[in-house]
Amino acid sequence: MTEEVGELNDIEQDALAEIANMGVSRAANSLRQMVGEEVLLSVPAVKIVTRQAASKLVERNNATKLVAVQQSFEGPFAGRALLIFPEAQSLELVRAIVGDEHSLEDVIDLEQEALAETGNIILNGCLATIANVLHRTMRMSLPSIVIGDGAKLFEVNETSSGGQFVLFLYIDFNIKNRNVHGFIALLMDLPSIAALKAIVNDFVSVIEEQPSGHVG
Amino acid sequence: MSHRVLVVDDSKLARMVMASAFRRIRPEWTLVETANAEEALAAVGTIDIALIDFNMPGTDGLELVAKIRKTHPSMPVAVVSANIQDEIIARARELNAGFIPKPLTDEALAAFLSGAALRLKKAAL
Repeated sequence: MTEEVGELNDIEQDALAEIANMGVSRAANSLRQMVGEEVLLSVPAVKIVTRQAASKLVERNNATKLVAVQQSFEGPFAGRALLIFPEAQSLELVRAIVGDEHSLEDVIDLEQEALAETGNIILNGCLATIANVLHRTMRMSLPSIVIGDGAKLFEVNETSSGGQFVLFLYIDFNIKNRNVHGFIALLMDLPSIAALKAIVNDFVSVIEEQPSGHVG
Repeated sequence: MSHRVLVVDDSKLARMVMASAFRRIRPEWTLVETANAEEALAAVGTIDIALIDFNMPGTDGLELVAKIRKTHPSMPVAVVSANIQDEIIARARELNAGFIPKPLTDEALAAFLSGAALRLKKAAL
């Protein structure tokens, strides 16, 4: 099956990880400014896996109740960007953003709006950096909130597409001194993998060949 | 004067971007590329300047700078990262290291290298 999908070669894998890392690292700075605490990031993972497998990767420690802010993006390649964390921690994240002085009732009232806005800032920051690095334009949808297990987040059941291969890039993050950890994930399907591979190879060959001018 | 510059980054792409920038800015300088802290520490004895990625598996860039500082207290060193959070930049500064943001620009790299070249010249006097 994977031969049909096309595997990533070493430099494609490396380039996607580095470009995703730049996007998420820049976005983490926005989150850092919102919560006032350092945001710790893992090294990025880049995989071509089934939707089913991707959905299991985000259910860390069997945490199947997840909340995600998701935005679709479109351009030379298309997909979805998600900010994902265990549902139990979403109030803690909102509290970190709005401040500890607010009552639980206020925080609950604000939860959906605060999550959508946070996701919007982080995911836009991430994708804008990626678009700039690749010198491409991408359009983003408005953020929406999805609550459920990994299969619900990644639409495994809806089109019986659980076996379908996707490009899955993710980085996990922790907010220092707060019990908040989650993932920033990008998910792309087959036509987009091919388009992205072409763009990445183009990007790499420009770096290799260009004796003068501007890259990155 | 030509210098030997250590580039430490787990990403080959990032090292290629760095090498490409050097071909434009300082084509006569020599780059020594390494992909992790262990290789970097083995190479650092013959190096004048070090450019170090932050987010690497195993030893991260700031931990590596701290190790290099034990034997090379005044070597010009910069942390190169898209992680532009205040804490990262502050920790680099505490280690007497510069900070160059990713995505890398020729301007940011050239500014650091000019400063580094001056410091090396002064140290040699």
